[in-house]
Amino acid sequence: MTAPETAPLPGPVLVTGIAGNLGRALAKQLHLETTVIGVDRRPFPDRPKDVEHHQLDLRKARVDDLFRHRRPKALIHLGISHDPRMPFSEAHNFNVVGTQKILDLCVRHGVKKAVVLSSANVYGPLPNNSNFLAEETPLMAADRYSGVRDLIELDMYAQSFVWRHPEVETVILRPCNIVGPTVRNAPSNYLRLQRPLTVMGFDPMIQLIHEDDVASALLQALRPGSRGVYNVVGPGEVPLSAVMRELGREPVPVPDFLLRPALRRLFQAGVVSFPPEELDHLQYLCVVDGSRARRELGWSPRFSLRETIRSILA
Amino acid sequence: MSSPSESLQQKLRDWTYELGGPGTRERLAKLTPPRNEYGVDPYGFDVDFAIAAVAPFAWLYRNYFRVTLHGIERVPADGRVLLIANHSGQLPFDAAMLEVALLLDMDPPRIARALVERWVPTLPFISPFFARIGQVVGTPENCRRLLAADEALLVFPEGVRGLNKVFSERYKLRSFSSGFMRLALEANAPIVPIGVVGAEEQAPALVDLKPLAKMLGMPALPITPYLLPLPLPVHYHVYFGEPLRFTGSPDADDAELERQAGEVQAAVQSLVDQGLAERPGVFL
Repeated sequence: MTAPETAPLPGPVLVTGIAGNLGRALAKQLHLETTVIGVDRRPFPDRPKDVEHHQLDLRKARVDDLFRHRRPKALIHLGISHDPRMPFSEAHNFNVVGTQKILDLCVRHGVKKAVVLSSANVYGPLPNNSNFLAEETPLMAADRYSGVRDLIELDMYAQSFVWRHPEVETVILRPCNIVGPTVRNAPSNYLRLQRPLTVMGFDPMIQLIHEDDVASALLQALRPGSRGVYNVVGPGEVPLSAVMRELGREPVPVPDFLLRPALRRLFQAGVVSFPPEELDHLQYLCVVDGSRARRELGWSPRFSLRETIRSILA
Repeated sequence: MSSPSESLQQKLRDWTYELGGPGTRERLAKLTPPRNEYGVDPYGFDVDFAIAAVAPFAWLYRNYFRVTLHGIERVPADGRVLLIANHSGQLPFDAAMLEVALLLDMDPPRIARALVERWVPTLPFISPFFARIGQVVGTPENCRRLLAADEALLVFPEGVRGLNKVFSERYKLRSFSSGFMRLALEANAPIVPIGVVGAEEQAPALVDLKPLAKMLGMPALPITPYLLPLPLPVHYHVYFGEPLRFTGSPDADDAELERQAGEVQAAVQSLVDQGLAERPGVFL
Protein backbone atom coordinates (compact mmCIF):
# COMPACT_ATOMS: atom_id res chain seq x y z
CA MET A 1 0.00 0.00 0.00
CA THR A 2 2.94 2.33 0.52
CA ALA A 3 3.11 4.97 -2.17
CA PRO A 4 6.68 5.76 -3.10
CA GLU A 5 6.98 9.49 -2.64
CA THR A 6 8.63 9.83 -5.99
CA ALA A 7 6.15 7.85 -8.10
CA PRO A 8 5.28 10.02 -11.09
CA LEU A 9 1.95 11.83 -11.09
CA PRO A 10 -0.61 10.62 -13.60
CA GLY A 11 -1.84 13.10 -16.14
CA PRO A 12 -3.68 14.91 -17.37
CA VAL A 13 -5.47 15.60 -14.08
CA LEU A 14 -8.96 17.03 -13.98
CA VAL A 15 -9.39 19.31 -10.95
CA THR A 16 -12.90 20.33 -9.94
CA GLY A 17 -13.37 23.44 -7.82
CA ILE A 18 -10.01 24.69 -9.07
CA ALA A 19 -10.93 28.37 -8.84
CA GLY A 20 -11.40 28.22 -5.09
CA ASN A 21 -8.56 29.27 -2.85
CA LEU A 22 -7.46 25.74 -2.11
CA GLY A 23 -7.79 24.86 -5.82
CA ARG A 24 -5.45 27.70 -6.75
CA ALA A 25 -2.91 26.60 -4.15
CA LEU A 26 -3.12 23.08 -5.58
CA ALA A 27 -2.84 24.25 -9.20
CA LYS A 28 0.36 26.10 -8.36
CA GLN A 29 2.02 22.88 -7.17
CA LEU A 30 0.34 20.49 -9.56
CA HIS A 31 1.07 22.20 -12.89
CA LEU A 32 4.81 21.89 -12.30
CA GLU A 33 4.55 18.11 -12.47
CA THR A 34 1.65 17.27 -14.76
CA THR A 35 -1.03 18.61 -17.10
CA VAL A 36 -3.89 20.30 -15.26
CA ILE A 37 -7.45 20.72 -16.54
CA GLY A 38 -9.61 22.88 -14.30
CA VAL A 39 -13.39 22.79 -14.00
CA ASP A 40 -15.32 25.25 -11.87
CA ARG A 41 -18.52 27.28 -12.00
CA ARG A 42 -16.37 30.27 -11.17
CA PRO A 43 -13.83 31.94 -13.45
CA PHE A 44 -10.13 31.29 -12.76
CA PRO A 45 -8.28 34.51 -13.56
CA ASP A 46 -4.49 34.75 -13.21
CA ARG A 47 -4.08 31.01 -13.54
CA PRO A 48 -0.71 29.55 -14.51
CA LYS A 49 -0.35 29.74 -18.31
CA ASP A 50 -0.28 26.00 -18.85
CA VAL A 51 -3.43 25.33 -16.83
CA GLU A 52 -6.56 25.14 -18.95
CA HIS A 53 -9.84 26.09 -17.35
CA HIS A 54 -13.45 25.28 -18.19
CA GLN A 55 -16.07 27.39 -16.54
CA LEU A 56 -18.73 24.73 -16.14
CA ASP A 57 -21.17 23.29 -13.63
CA LEU A 58 -20.19 19.70 -12.84
CA ARG A 59 -23.74 18.52 -13.33
CA LYS A 60 -23.86 19.77 -16.94
CA ALA A 61 -23.58 17.46 -19.94
CA ARG A 62 -20.60 19.38 -21.28
CA VAL A 63 -18.48 17.79 -18.56
CA ASP A 64 -18.96 14.48 -20.44
CA ASP A 65 -17.42 16.09 -23.52
CA LEU A 66 -14.48 17.16 -21.47
CA PHE A 67 -13.80 13.57 -20.44
CA ARG A 68 -14.25 12.39 -24.04
CA HIS A 69 -11.98 14.94 -25.63
CA ARG A 70 -9.36 15.64 -23.01
CA ARG A 71 -9.09 12.05 -21.68
CA PRO A 72 -8.01 12.82 -18.07
CA LYS A 73 -6.17 9.97 -16.34
CA ALA A 74 -6.90 11.24 -12.84
CA LEU A 75 -9.36 13.36 -10.91
CA ILE A 76 -9.02 15.63 -7.91
CA HIS A 77 -12.48 16.53 -6.69
CA LEU A 78 -12.49 19.73 -4.66
CA GLY A 79 -15.76 21.05 -6.06
CA ILE A 80 -17.63 20.73 -2.79
CA SER A 81 -19.47 23.61 -1.19
CA HIS A 82 -19.29 24.19 2.56
CA ASP A 83 -21.44 27.29 2.53
CA PRO A 84 -23.93 27.09 5.43
CA ARG A 85 -25.97 29.87 3.82
CA MET A 86 -26.74 27.77 0.77
CA PRO A 87 -30.24 26.22 1.01
CA PHE A 88 -29.91 22.57 1.97
CA SER A 89 -31.52 21.16 -1.18
CA GLU A 90 -29.14 23.15 -3.34
CA ALA A 91 -26.07 22.21 -1.31
CA HIS A 92 -27.18 18.59 -1.40
CA ASN A 93 -27.71 18.67 -5.14
CA PHE A 94 -24.41 20.39 -5.85
CA ASN A 95 -22.33 18.29 -3.47
CA VAL A 96 -23.86 14.83 -3.62
CA VAL A 97 -25.23 14.76 -7.17
CA GLY A 98 -22.10 16.52 -8.42
CA THR A 99 -19.86 13.93 -6.75
CA GLN A 100 -21.88 10.99 -8.03
CA LYS A 101 -21.82 12.38 -11.53
CA ILE A 102 -18.09 13.04 -11.64
CA LEU A 103 -17.17 9.66 -10.15
CA ASP A 104 -19.44 7.87 -12.61
CA LEU A 105 -17.71 9.68 -15.46
CA CYS A 106 -14.39 8.39 -14.11
CA VAL A 107 -15.66 4.83 -14.44
CA ARG A 108 -16.99 5.35 -17.94
CA HIS A 109 -13.88 7.04 -19.25
CA GLY A 110 -11.27 4.79 -17.71
CA VAL A 111 -9.86 7.27 -15.22
CA LYS A 112 -7.28 5.42 -13.11
CA LYS A 113 -7.16 7.56 -9.99
CA ALA A 114 -9.64 9.73 -8.08
CA VAL A 115 -8.95 11.86 -5.02
CA VAL A 116 -11.98 13.26 -3.19
CA LEU A 117 -11.60 16.06 -0.67
CA SER A 118 -13.91 15.42 2.26
CA SER A 119 -13.34 16.95 5.70
CA ALA A 120 -12.67 15.94 9.29
CA ASN A 121 -15.90 17.77 10.10
CA VAL A 122 -17.83 14.67 9.03
CA TYR A 123 -16.98 13.19 12.45
CA GLY A 124 -18.39 16.24 14.17
CA PRO A 125 -17.44 17.90 17.46
CA LEU A 126 -19.30 15.71 19.93
CA PRO A 127 -18.91 15.86 23.72
CA ASN A 128 -18.16 12.15 24.04
CA ASN A 129 -15.62 11.98 21.22
CA SER A 130 -12.35 10.20 21.85
CA ASN A 131 -9.32 12.46 21.79
CA PHE A 132 -8.19 11.11 18.41
CA LEU A 133 -10.68 9.91 15.85
CA ALA A 134 -9.43 7.23 13.48
CA GLU A 135 -10.80 6.80 9.97
CA GLU A 136 -13.15 4.00 11.10
CA THR A 137 -15.01 6.26 13.54
CA PRO A 138 -18.70 6.51 12.65
CA LEU A 139 -19.60 9.80 11.00
CA MET A 140 -21.88 11.28 13.62
CA ALA A 141 -21.65 15.00 12.85
CA ALA A 142 -25.28 15.18 11.68
CA ASP A 143 -26.37 14.06 15.14
CA ARG A 144 -26.01 17.60 16.37
CA TYR A 145 -25.97 19.58 13.16
CA SER A 146 -28.09 18.40 10.26
CA GLY A 147 -26.53 20.99 7.95
CA VAL A 148 -23.58 18.68 7.34
CA ARG A 149 -25.70 15.77 6.09
CA ASP A 150 -24.70 16.40 2.49
CA LEU A 151 -20.99 16.33 3.34
CA ILE A 152 -21.45 13.03 5.16
CA GLU A 153 -23.47 11.60 2.33
CA LEU A 154 -20.87 12.47 -0.26
CA ASP A 155 -18.10 11.03 1.92
CA MET A 156 -20.05 7.79 2.32
CA TYR A 157 -20.83 7.70 -1.38
CA ALA A 158 -17.12 8.04 -2.16
CA GLN A 159 -16.35 5.28 0.36
CA SER A 160 -18.75 2.87 -1.30
CA PHE A 161 -17.25 3.87 -4.65
CA VAL A 162 -13.83 2.74 -3.39
CA TRP A 163 -15.15 -0.80 -3.06
CA ARG A 164 -17.60 -0.89 -5.95
CA HIS A 165 -15.01 0.28 -8.45
CA PRO A 166 -11.62 -1.19 -7.67
CA GLU A 167 -10.54 -0.28 -11.20
CA VAL A 168 -10.49 3.39 -10.14
CA GLU A 169 -7.94 3.81 -7.38
CA THR A 170 -9.89 6.15 -5.10
CA VAL A 171 -8.64 8.13 -2.10
CA ILE A 172 -10.78 10.17 0.27
CA LEU A 173 -8.96 12.81 2.30
CA ARG A 174 -10.44 14.22 5.48
CA PRO A 175 -8.31 17.22 6.41
CA CYS A 176 -8.74 19.11 9.67
CA ASN A 177 -9.45 22.87 9.64
CA ILE A 178 -7.72 24.39 6.62
CA VAL A 179 -6.17 27.83 7.12
CA GLY A 180 -3.78 29.96 5.15
CA PRO A 181 -3.26 33.37 3.64
CA THR A 182 -5.88 32.90 0.91
CA VAL A 183 -8.36 30.54 2.61
CA ARG A 184 -11.73 32.10 3.49
CA ASN A 185 -13.59 29.26 5.22
CA ALA A 186 -15.50 29.44 8.50
CA PRO A 187 -12.61 28.55 10.86
CA SER A 188 -10.13 30.93 9.25
CA ASN A 189 -12.66 33.77 9.02
CA TYR A 190 -13.43 33.23 12.68
CA LEU A 191 -9.76 33.39 13.61
CA ARG A 192 -9.39 36.62 11.62
CA LEU A 193 -11.77 38.43 13.99
CA GLN A 194 -9.94 40.72 16.37
CA ARG A 195 -12.46 40.16 19.17
CA PRO A 196 -13.96 36.73 18.49
CA LEU A 197 -16.74 35.43 20.73
CA THR A 198 -15.88 32.23 22.54
CA VAL A 199 -17.97 29.92 24.70
CA MET A 200 -17.23 30.72 28.33
CA GLY A 201 -15.48 27.91 30.17
CA PHE A 202 -14.51 25.91 27.09
CA ASP A 203 -11.13 25.62 25.42
CA PRO A 204 -10.94 22.55 23.18
CA MET A 205 -7.86 21.25 21.46
CA ILE A 206 -8.00 22.03 17.76
CA GLN A 207 -6.06 21.06 14.66
CA LEU A 208 -5.17 23.42 11.84
CA ILE A 209 -3.47 22.68 8.55
CA HIS A 210 -1.89 25.09 6.08
CA GLU A 211 -3.52 25.27 2.63
CA ASP A 212 -0.21 24.41 0.94
CA ASP A 213 0.10 21.32 3.14
CA VAL A 214 -3.38 20.21 2.06
CA ALA A 215 -2.33 20.78 -1.54
CA SER A 216 0.77 18.63 -1.07
CA ALA A 217 -1.34 15.92 0.59
CA LEU A 218 -3.68 15.94 -2.44
CA LEU A 219 -0.65 15.64 -4.69
CA GLN A 220 0.73 12.78 -2.68
CA ALA A 221 -2.63 10.98 -2.69
CA LEU A 222 -2.68 11.32 -6.48
CA ARG A 223 0.43 9.19 -6.88
CA PRO A 224 -0.34 5.57 -7.73
CA GLY A 225 -0.39 2.99 -4.94
CA SER A 226 -2.82 4.33 -2.35
CA ARG A 227 -6.53 3.82 -1.87
CA GLY A 228 -9.07 4.39 0.90
CA VAL A 229 -9.81 7.00 3.55
CA TYR A 230 -7.13 9.16 5.16
CA ASN A 231 -7.38 11.82 7.83
CA VAL A 232 -4.98 14.65 7.09
CA VAL A 233 -3.70 16.68 10.01
CA GLY A 234 -1.27 19.53 10.31
CA PRO A 235 1.65 19.82 12.68
CA GLY A 236 -0.21 19.13 15.91
CA GLU A 237 -2.96 19.88 18.39
CA VAL A 238 -3.27 23.11 20.31
CA PRO A 239 -5.82 24.70 22.65
CA LEU A 240 -8.06 27.25 20.95
CA SER A 241 -6.93 29.82 23.54
CA ALA A 242 -3.28 29.38 22.52
CA VAL A 243 -4.19 30.06 18.89
CA MET A 244 -5.95 33.25 20.00
CA ARG A 245 -2.89 34.33 21.98
CA GLU A 246 -0.52 33.58 19.09
CA LEU A 247 -2.70 35.71 16.80
CA GLY A 248 -3.00 38.53 19.33
CA ARG A 249 -6.78 38.17 19.53
CA GLU A 250 -8.91 39.41 22.41
CA PRO A 251 -11.58 36.74 22.80
CA VAL A 252 -14.89 37.69 24.39
CA PRO A 253 -16.22 34.74 26.39
CA VAL A 254 -20.02 34.45 26.50
CA PRO A 255 -21.95 31.71 28.33
CA ASP A 256 -23.35 29.04 26.06
CA PHE A 257 -26.95 29.66 27.18
CA LEU A 258 -26.75 33.26 25.95
CA LEU A 259 -24.54 32.78 22.93
CA ARG A 260 -26.43 29.96 21.25
CA PRO A 261 -29.90 31.58 21.10
CA ALA A 262 -28.40 34.91 20.11
CA LEU A 263 -26.42 33.34 17.29
CA ARG A 264 -29.50 31.41 16.14
CA ARG A 265 -31.43 34.67 15.75
CA LEU A 266 -28.57 36.43 14.00
CA PHE A 267 -28.03 33.51 11.63
CA GLN A 268 -31.71 33.27 10.77
CA ALA A 269 -31.81 37.02 10.14
CA GLY A 270 -28.82 36.64 7.82
CA VAL A 271 -26.60 38.94 9.87
CA VAL A 272 -23.89 36.31 10.45
CA SER A 273 -22.90 33.30 8.35
CA PHE A 274 -22.01 31.15 11.35
CA PRO A 275 -24.75 28.63 12.20
CA PRO A 276 -25.27 28.22 15.97
CA GLU A 277 -24.47 24.50 15.80
CA GLU A 278 -20.94 25.41 14.77
CA LEU A 279 -20.41 26.61 18.34
CA ASP A 280 -19.79 22.94 19.12
CA HIS A 281 -16.42 23.41 17.44
CA LEU A 282 -15.55 25.96 20.13
CA GLN A 283 -16.55 23.56 22.91
CA TYR A 284 -15.88 19.95 21.98
CA LEU A 285 -13.16 17.89 20.39
CA CYS A 286 -13.12 17.07 16.72
CA VAL A 287 -9.49 16.03 16.63
CA VAL A 288 -8.44 13.28 14.26
CA ASP A 289 -5.63 10.76 14.12
CA GLY A 290 -3.52 11.47 11.06
CA SER A 291 -1.04 8.63 11.47
CA ARG A 292 -2.40 6.51 8.61
CA ALA A 293 -1.69 9.22 6.03
CA ARG A 294 1.83 9.67 7.37
CA ARG A 295 2.45 5.95 7.32
CA GLU A 296 0.78 4.90 4.08
CA LEU A 297 0.98 8.01 1.90
CA GLY A 298 4.41 8.95 3.19
CA TRP A 299 3.12 12.49 3.55
CA SER A 300 3.81 14.96 6.33
CA PRO A 301 3.14 18.69 6.73
CA ARG A 302 5.92 21.15 5.92
CA PHE A 303 4.67 24.06 8.02
CA SER A 304 5.31 24.16 11.76
CA LEU A 305 2.51 24.68 14.24
CA ARG A 306 3.44 28.33 14.73
CA GLU A 307 3.81 28.96 10.98
CA THR A 308 0.44 27.34 10.34
CA ILE A 309 -1.32 29.49 12.93
CA ARG A 310 0.39 32.67 11.80
CA SER A 311 -0.43 32.01 8.14
CA ILE A 312 -3.89 33.36 8.97
CA LEU A 313 -2.31 36.79 9.44
CA ALA A 314 -0.56 36.85 6.08
CA MET B 1 5.05 36.59 29.64
CA SER B 2 4.20 37.65 33.17
CA SER B 3 0.44 38.05 32.99
CA PRO B 4 -1.44 37.88 36.30
CA SER B 5 -2.39 34.26 35.64
CA GLU B 6 1.26 33.42 34.91
CA SER B 7 2.45 34.82 38.23
CA LEU B 8 -0.43 33.12 40.07
CA GLN B 9 0.57 29.85 38.46
CA GLN B 10 4.16 30.35 39.55
CA LYS B 11 3.02 31.01 43.14
CA LEU B 12 0.90 27.86 43.09
CA ARG B 13 3.79 25.83 41.72
CA ASP B 14 6.01 27.09 44.55
CA TRP B 15 3.28 26.07 46.99
CA THR B 16 3.20 22.58 45.49
CA TYR B 17 7.00 22.32 45.83
CA GLU B 18 6.75 23.44 49.46
CA LEU B 19 3.94 21.01 50.33
CA GLY B 20 5.80 18.19 48.61
CA GLY B 21 8.79 18.65 50.89
CA PRO B 22 12.50 18.90 50.07
CA GLY B 23 13.49 17.70 46.63
CA THR B 24 9.99 17.99 45.18
CA ARG B 25 11.00 20.51 42.53
CA GLU B 26 13.78 18.23 41.29
CA ARG B 27 11.55 15.17 41.36
CA LEU B 28 8.74 16.87 39.43
CA ALA B 29 11.31 18.05 36.89
CA LYS B 30 11.64 14.37 35.92
CA LEU B 31 8.15 14.54 34.39
CA THR B 32 8.78 15.03 30.70
CA PRO B 33 5.59 14.39 28.79
CA PRO B 34 5.70 15.30 25.10
CA ARG B 35 4.86 18.96 24.64
CA ASN B 36 4.67 21.34 21.72
CA GLU B 37 5.69 25.01 21.56
CA TYR B 38 2.43 25.88 23.33
CA GLY B 39 3.26 23.73 26.34
CA VAL B 40 0.71 20.94 25.88
CA ASP B 41 0.73 17.32 24.79
CA PRO B 42 -1.67 16.14 22.07
CA TYR B 43 -4.36 15.51 24.71
CA GLY B 44 -4.07 19.04 26.06
CA PHE B 45 -2.13 18.05 29.17
CA ASP B 46 0.05 20.91 30.41
CA VAL B 47 2.52 19.71 33.02
CA ASP B 48 3.34 23.21 34.35
CA PHE B 49 -0.34 23.99 34.73
CA ALA B 50 -0.88 20.64 36.44
CA ILE B 51 1.87 21.27 39.01
CA ALA B 52 0.22 24.61 39.78
CA ALA B 53 -3.32 23.23 39.82
CA VAL B 54 -2.40 20.42 42.16
CA ALA B 55 -1.36 22.82 44.96
CA PRO B 56 -4.73 23.15 46.74
CA PHE B 57 -5.23 19.40 46.46
CA ALA B 58 -1.73 18.83 47.82
CA TRP B 59 -2.71 21.00 50.77
CA LEU B 60 -5.80 18.85 51.35
CA TYR B 61 -3.63 15.77 50.93
CA ARG B 62 -1.11 16.82 53.58
CA ASN B 63 -3.19 18.85 56.04
CA TYR B 64 -6.88 18.08 55.69
CA PHE B 65 -7.23 14.43 54.71
CA ARG B 66 -3.71 13.65 56.06
CA VAL B 67 -3.40 10.87 53.50
CA THR B 68 -1.44 7.84 54.73
CA LEU B 69 -0.07 5.54 52.03
CA HIS B 70 0.54 1.84 52.43
CA GLY B 71 2.69 0.19 49.76
CA ILE B 72 2.93 2.86 47.05
CA GLU B 73 6.19 1.20 45.96
CA ARG B 74 3.96 -1.44 44.36
CA VAL B 75 3.06 1.02 41.62
CA PRO B 76 5.50 0.33 38.75
CA ALA B 77 7.93 3.20 38.16
CA ASP B 78 7.27 3.10 34.43
CA GLY B 79 5.40 1.28 31.73
CA ARG B 80 1.73 0.84 31.11
CA VAL B 81 -0.40 0.06 34.13
CA LEU B 82 -4.03 0.16 35.20
CA LEU B 83 -4.64 1.51 38.69
CA ILE B 84 -7.99 0.15 39.83
CA ALA B 85 -9.55 1.66 42.94
CA ASN B 86 -12.83 1.79 44.82
CA HIS B 87 -14.75 5.03 44.37
CA SER B 88 -16.63 6.97 47.04
CA GLY B 89 -17.21 10.31 48.71
CA GLN B 90 -19.83 12.00 46.47
CA LEU B 91 -17.19 14.30 44.97
CA PRO B 92 -14.12 12.59 43.48
CA PHE B 93 -11.55 13.72 46.06
CA ASP B 94 -10.36 10.10 46.14
CA ALA B 95 -9.20 10.51 42.54
CA ALA B 96 -7.48 13.79 43.36
CA MET B 97 -5.70 12.26 46.38
CA LEU B 98 -4.45 9.33 44.31
CA GLU B 99 -3.16 11.76 41.68
CA VAL B 100 -1.33 13.75 44.34
CA ALA B 101 0.10 10.58 45.88
CA LEU B 102 1.65 9.52 42.59
CA LEU B 103 3.03 13.01 42.01
CA LEU B 104 4.41 13.85 45.44
CA ASP B 105 5.16 10.51 47.04
CA MET B 106 6.64 8.56 44.14
CA ASP B 107 10.17 8.93 42.85
CA PRO B 108 10.19 9.36 39.92
CA PRO B 109 6.68 10.80 40.05
CA ARG B 110 3.96 9.53 37.72
CA ILE B 111 1.02 11.21 36.10
CA ALA B 112 -2.08 9.09 36.51
CA ARG B 113 -4.49 9.63 33.66
CA ALA B 114 -7.88 9.38 35.31
CA LEU B 115 -10.78 8.43 33.09
CA VAL B 116 -13.62 10.87 33.46
CA GLU B 117 -17.33 10.49 32.86
CA ARG B 118 -18.66 11.26 29.40
CA TRP B 119 -20.68 14.22 30.66
CA VAL B 120 -17.54 16.04 31.91
CA PRO B 121 -16.74 17.54 28.47
CA THR B 122 -20.09 19.37 28.60
CA LEU B 123 -19.21 21.17 31.85
CA PRO B 124 -17.83 24.67 31.42
CA PHE B 125 -14.48 25.37 33.15
CA ILE B 126 -14.25 21.79 34.43
CA SER B 127 -13.82 20.40 30.93
CA PRO B 128 -10.66 22.38 30.00
CA PHE B 129 -9.34 22.15 33.58
CA PHE B 130 -9.46 18.36 33.48
CA ALA B 131 -7.86 18.29 30.05
CA ARG B 132 -4.94 20.50 31.18
CA ILE B 133 -4.24 18.28 34.19
CA GLY B 134 -4.14 15.16 32.03
CA GLN B 135 -7.57 13.61 32.52
CA VAL B 136 -9.31 12.06 29.53
CA VAL B 137 -12.81 10.89 28.71
CA GLY B 138 -13.02 7.18 29.41
CA THR B 139 -13.62 5.87 25.91
CA PRO B 140 -12.05 2.50 25.07
CA GLU B 141 -10.19 4.19 22.21
CA ASN B 142 -8.57 6.71 24.58
CA CYS B 143 -7.57 3.94 26.98
CA ARG B 144 -5.99 1.87 24.22
CA ARG B 145 -3.91 4.80 23.03
CA LEU B 146 -2.73 5.76 26.50
CA LEU B 147 -1.78 2.20 27.43
CA ALA B 148 0.04 1.80 24.12
CA ALA B 149 1.98 4.94 25.08
CA ASP B 150 2.94 3.27 28.40
CA GLU B 151 0.92 5.62 30.57
CA ALA B 152 -0.70 4.93 33.94
CA LEU B 153 -4.51 4.86 33.83
CA LEU B 154 -6.56 5.46 36.95
CA VAL B 155 -9.88 3.66 36.67
CA PHE B 156 -12.84 3.44 39.02
CA PRO B 157 -14.82 0.53 37.63
CA GLU B 158 -17.73 1.30 39.95
CA GLY B 159 -18.12 4.70 38.29
CA VAL B 160 -20.73 7.03 39.73
CA ARG B 161 -22.56 4.03 41.19
CA GLY B 162 -19.70 3.82 43.66
CA LEU B 163 -19.05 7.53 44.02
CA ASN B 164 -22.62 8.37 44.96
CA LYS B 165 -23.44 5.56 47.35
CA VAL B 166 -25.54 6.49 50.36
CA PHE B 167 -23.94 6.25 53.79
CA SER B 168 -25.58 2.97 54.78
CA GLU B 169 -23.90 1.28 51.77
CA ARG B 170 -20.38 2.44 52.64
CA TYR B 171 -17.44 0.17 51.77
CA LYS B 172 -19.73 -2.28 49.96
CA LEU B 173 -18.18 -2.22 46.53
CA ARG B 174 -20.53 -1.98 43.59
CA SER B 175 -19.91 -4.70 41.03
CA PHE B 176 -17.01 -3.80 38.77
CA SER B 177 -17.79 -3.29 35.11
CA SER B 178 -15.45 -5.46 33.07
CA GLY B 179 -14.39 -2.98 30.39
CA PHE B 180 -11.04 -2.34 32.06
CA MET B 181 -10.26 -6.06 32.01
CA ARG B 182 -10.59 -6.24 28.23
CA LEU B 183 -8.20 -3.28 27.92
CA ALA B 184 -5.72 -4.84 30.34
CA LEU B 185 -5.69 -8.09 28.39
CA GLU B 186 -5.37 -6.32 25.04
CA ALA B 187 -2.47 -4.18 26.21
CA ASN B 188 -0.98 -6.89 28.43
CA ALA B 189 -0.91 -4.30 31.22
CA PRO B 190 -0.55 -5.11 34.92
CA ILE B 191 -3.33 -4.09 37.29
CA VAL B 192 -2.57 -2.50 40.65
CA PRO B 193 -5.57 -2.83 42.97
CA ILE B 194 -6.05 0.11 45.33
CA GLY B 195 -8.22 0.33 48.42
CA VAL B 196 -9.15 3.82 49.61
CA VAL B 197 -10.41 4.09 53.17
CA GLY B 198 -11.82 7.32 54.61
CA ALA B 199 -13.49 8.78 51.56
CA GLU B 200 -16.76 6.96 52.28
CA GLU B 201 -17.23 9.05 55.43
CA GLN B 202 -16.19 12.40 53.94
CA ALA B 203 -19.70 13.31 52.78
CA PRO B 204 -22.29 10.95 54.24
CA ALA B 205 -25.28 11.00 51.91
CA LEU B 206 -28.69 10.26 53.35
CA VAL B 207 -30.42 9.97 50.01
CA ASP B 208 -29.65 10.25 46.33
CA LEU B 209 -32.33 12.27 44.55
CA LYS B 210 -32.11 10.32 41.32
CA PRO B 211 -35.18 11.70 39.52
CA LEU B 212 -34.09 15.29 40.16
CA ALA B 213 -30.55 14.42 39.10
CA LYS B 214 -31.93 13.04 35.86
CA MET B 215 -33.86 16.24 35.26
CA LEU B 216 -30.71 18.29 35.77
CA GLY B 217 -28.66 15.98 33.55
CA MET B 218 -26.41 14.96 36.43
CA PRO B 219 -25.37 11.40 37.23
CA ALA B 220 -26.53 11.70 40.87
CA LEU B 221 -27.71 14.22 43.42
CA PRO B 222 -26.66 13.13 46.90
CA ILE B 223 -28.03 15.01 49.91
CA THR B 224 -25.92 15.15 53.08
CA PRO B 225 -27.18 16.26 56.53
CA TYR B 226 -25.65 19.66 55.72
CA LEU B 227 -27.07 19.52 52.15
CA LEU B 228 -23.95 20.02 50.06
CA PRO B 229 -21.56 17.09 49.55
CA LEU B 230 -18.58 19.01 50.97
CA PRO B 231 -15.93 16.77 52.50
CA LEU B 232 -15.36 16.42 56.24
CA PRO B 233 -11.76 16.16 57.50
CA VAL B 234 -11.63 12.39 57.46
CA HIS B 235 -8.30 10.58 57.55
CA TYR B 236 -7.52 8.87 54.22
CA HIS B 237 -5.69 5.57 54.14
CA VAL B 238 -4.66 4.29 50.73
CA TYR B 239 -3.59 0.66 50.32
CA PHE B 240 -1.78 -0.43 47.17
CA GLY B 241 -1.88 -4.15 46.36
CA GLU B 242 0.65 -6.29 44.50
CA PRO B 243 0.34 -5.86 40.72
CA LEU B 244 -1.93 -8.50 39.20
CA ARG B 245 -1.30 -9.95 35.77
CA PHE B 246 -4.01 -11.68 33.82
CA THR B 247 -3.75 -13.80 30.74
CA GLY B 248 -6.48 -14.67 28.34
CA SER B 249 -8.20 -13.38 25.27
CA PRO B 250 -9.62 -9.86 25.32
CA ASP B 251 -12.37 -11.27 23.10
CA ALA B 252 -13.37 -13.89 25.64
CA ASP B 253 -16.99 -14.24 26.77
CA ASP B 254 -18.31 -11.50 28.99
CA ALA B 255 -18.70 -14.12 31.71
CA GLU B 256 -14.97 -14.86 31.66
CA LEU B 257 -14.04 -11.17 31.71
CA GLU B 258 -16.50 -10.58 34.53
CA ARG B 259 -14.94 -13.40 36.50
CA GLN B 260 -11.48 -11.83 36.12
CA ALA B 261 -12.85 -8.37 36.96
CA GLY B 262 -14.37 -10.01 40.02
CA GLU B 263 -10.91 -11.14 41.10
CA VAL B 264 -9.70 -7.55 40.92
CA GLN B 265 -12.76 -6.42 42.84
CA ALA B 266 -12.03 -9.00 45.54
CA ALA B 267 -8.44 -7.72 45.76
CA VAL B 268 -9.66 -4.14 46.17
CA GLN B 269 -12.28 -5.20 48.73
CA SER B 270 -9.67 -7.03 50.80
CA LEU B 271 -7.42 -3.93 50.78
CA VAL B 272 -10.42 -1.88 51.94
CA ASP B 273 -11.23 -4.41 54.65
CA GLN B 274 -7.61 -4.40 55.79
CA GLY B 275 -7.70 -0.60 55.98
CA LEU B 276 -10.94 -0.58 57.94
CA ALA B 277 -9.53 -3.07 60.43
CA GLU B 278 -6.26 -1.18 60.85
CA ARG B 279 -7.43 2.41 61.16
CA PRO B 280 -7.80 3.84 64.65
CA GLY B 281 -10.85 5.93 63.70
CA VAL B 282 -12.57 7.82 60.93
CA PHE B 283 -11.04 11.19 61.74
CA LEU B 284 -7.89 10.04 63.51
